Amino acid sequence: MRERLRYILNHMVQYMRTRLDTSFAALSDATRRGVLEQLGRADASITDLAGTFHMTLTGMKKHVGVLEQAGLVTTKKVGRVRRCQLGPRRLEEETGWLERYRQRWDERFDELDKVVEELTRKEKSDERKNRK
Amino acid sequence: MNARIESKPDPVKNRTTVERKSDREVVVTRTINGPARIVFEAFTKAELLKRWWVPKSMGMTLLSCEVDARVGGKYRLVFDHDPEPFAFFGTYVEVKPYSRLAWTNEESGEAGSVTTVTFEEKGGKTLVVVHDRYPSKEALDAAGGAADAMGETFDQLDELLVALGESSGQ
Repeated sequence: MRERLRYILNHMVQYMRTRLDTSFAALSDATRRGVLEQLGRADASITDLAGTFHMTLTGMKKHVGVLEQAGLVTTKKVGRVRRCQLGPRRLEEETGWLERYRQRWDERFDELDKVVEELTRKEKSDERKNRK
Repeated sequence: MNARIESKPDPVKNRTTVERKSDREVVVTRTINGPARIVFEAFTKAELLKRWWVPKSMGMTLLSCEVDARVGGKYRLVFDHDPEPFAFFGTYVEVKPYSRLAWTNEESGEAGSVTTVTFEEKGGKTLVVVHDRYPSKEALDAAGGAADAMGETFDQLDELLVALGESSGQ
C-alpha cells in the first residue's frame, strides 16, 4: 500500500514540477508578460497583439503559442480571426508558492523584529546605566 | 533602572517582498527596526537565531541549533520529525560583520542552494536582502514550487492513509 502511494506521489510531484517549469518558462519573457497584462484587460486577436507590441504576426503567434502551451492563454478561431484570452486561473497557481515563500519569511522577520527590538532596548538601557 | 516599557505601541510593521529574479534565484527583502550590528548578531548567534528562525506555521520544533559563523564554519539545525528528526545544515562561505553573510544549504545534496544575506543600515533601521540561488531551475522548483505546493497534498495524503488503513483493517 505504501509503495503504491509513494508511486502516485512521485508522479504528482513530477507532474506539478513539469507544469511549473512550462509556466515559468512562459513567464520569463517580457513580451509574453506584456501579452498577459494586455489580455487581463481585454481579449485581443493575434493581429491586435502584434500591433501593440510592434511585432510580426509570426513572432506574436510564437509567443501566444508558448503561453497557450503553458495553459496561461487560450485561443479560439472566430471567422478569420484568432481571438486570445487568459487561460483559466493558472497564474494564481504559479504565484501561489511565491506567496507562501513570502509568508514564511514574513513570519520569520516578525520574530526577528522582536528579538532585535529587545536587544536594542537592552543596549540602550545598559548605556544609560553605564553613564550614571 | 530596569525600565522596560511593555505597553509601548508596536512600531509600524514593515513589508516583506519576494521576487523570483530568474530561473534559479529568489530574493526576499525586509526592513528590520534596529541597527545592522544587532540584526547581524541575531543571524549569527545560535541562542538568538533559534528564537526567530523557525516560523510557527511550519509546526516544527527545533531540537538543537549550532552556529559557527566563520568562513568555513558550519551550522546545523535539528528538527523534531516523525519518524526521525531531520537536520538543515551547511557551511558559511562569507562572513563580513554587519554587512554580508553567505552559507550553503547542504541537506539536499547536489541540489543545494546558496543563501546570501546583505544588511544595509539606514537611519537606525536595517534593510535585509536574502538571496537564494539554486544550482538549477529544477532545484528551485523542487524546493520552492512543487515541494511547497505539496504541503497541503501531504496532509490530504495522511488523511487518505488513515482512511485506507481503517478500511483495509476490516
